[in-house]
Amino acid sequence: MSAVAKSQLSREHSLAERVWKIAATVCDPEVPVLTIEDLGVLREADFADGTAKVTLTPTYSGCPAMDTMKADVESALKAEGFDKVEVKMALAPAWTTDWMSEEGKQKLSEFGIAPPTGRAALGRTAQGKVSLSLQVKCPHCGSLNTKELTRFGSTSCKALYSCNACQEPFDYFKVH
Amino acid sequence: MSETSFQVSVGEAFTAEDVAEAAEKPTEQVARYALRLGDDALILAQQLGWWVARAPELEEDVALTNIALDQLGHARAFLSYAGLAWGKTEDDLAYFRGESEFVNAQLFEQPNGDFAQTIARQFVASHFQFELYRQLQGSANATLAAIAAKALKEVDYHRDHADQWMLRLSLGTDESRRRMLRGLEVIWPFVEELFRDDELTDSLKGVAAAPSSLLEGFEKSTAAVFARCEIEIPAGFVARGGGRLGQHTEFLGHLLAEMQVLAREHPGATW
Repeated sequence: MSAVAKSQLSREHSLAERVWKIAATVCDPEVPVLTIEDLGVLREADFADGTAKVTLTPTYSGCPAMDTMKADVESALKAEGFDKVEVKMALAPAWTTDWMSEEGKQKLSEFGIAPPTGRAALGRTAQGKVSLSLQVKCPHCGSLNTKELTRFGSTSCKALYSCNACQEPFDYFKVH
Repeated sequence: MSETSFQVSVGEAFTAEDVAEAAEKPTEQVARYALRLGDDALILAQQLGWWVARAPELEEDVALTNIALDQLGHARAFLSYAGLAWGKTEDDLAYFRGESEFVNAQLFEQPNGDFAQTIARQFVASHFQFELYRQLQGSANATLAAIAAKALKEVDYHRDHADQWMLRLSLGTDESRRRMLRGLEVIWPFVEELFRDDELTDSLKGVAAAPSSLLEGFEKSTAAVFARCEIEIPAGFVARGGGRLGQHTEFLGHLLAEMQVLAREHPGATW
């Protein structure tokens, strides 16, 4: 490989990293403390043929926030000087809360939303017969004495819980 | 870029726009199959949306419309993909087809009735879709497999929701049990059609989930719930069916009139 080609390659490599960093600043419009990187929605970033390319994966099939995230990634990259931007959505592999970062879980909890407990493979969707659900911790008082009010909450990704200790209701980001 | 990051292949795109950009068009047969699954989900979403602000409690308003939203998401993916074969968008397919061009199974267009009847329909729909997507995630067609794998995780919640209500209503008061049984009586005749193979599904071996192959799992999982509800598995009258051929019960026309009126009165309207 010629020196010129090598330097071109490394330039594109560092640009790809920059694309990732910029895309990673975009936040979930419904849970503004979480970035799409924390959420595990940001899957891939690349720079090729003069185009910044980003791949996202939808959380839930019908989630209306996806369009907003896509538009936000586009404008964030354009604002940083990338004229040509391509944002793709990839369905496979299917998104799971296992991809949520530890930092993201911490931020969620501080925001008043209980983060997912345990890993998706342990949930009901697993093909095995064991159905294991871990107790959810109240983000207000830290008690584990909580109960599910409804599995479907204010957005697709959340369930509504209430705390038996402090009596406060709270959102729980479901293991998915 | 790490080497382990997954690659996006054409056909795995998700939103309508992405699907439309994908180069790989489904064959006519695959498109007709995707249209069936998309119509099932679309019609169910439209029915469930009616419940917002009308359910017996606020949590149910939220639950039923969350389920509707999931179904709409599945419908969008299937219809966008199907539309590629014919140069049509998801909106073209949803708003500008007539009743006889819809190929949903008749179960999905059955009216909401009272809450128990809606739960009876949800019970059948979710157990059917769960078996369907579980098998379809192994389809030789990458797009169908990806949509199914995603949908499966969501339909799992729908199934649990329906099971919980089946239990509560059938083991609740005399009145709730009476209504649950009545709901099942209205809905059950439309079960059989879901599991009929036909020329199209026969021609898509390895791609489509053969409807007849889903019956065993459906019977097993529903029987377990019926036993807990102390309800005998309904039997008897079987509806004529024909939804997959565009033959529908009287309810679909009214549903479509409401669903399509805005798009037809104001083509291309956006807000």
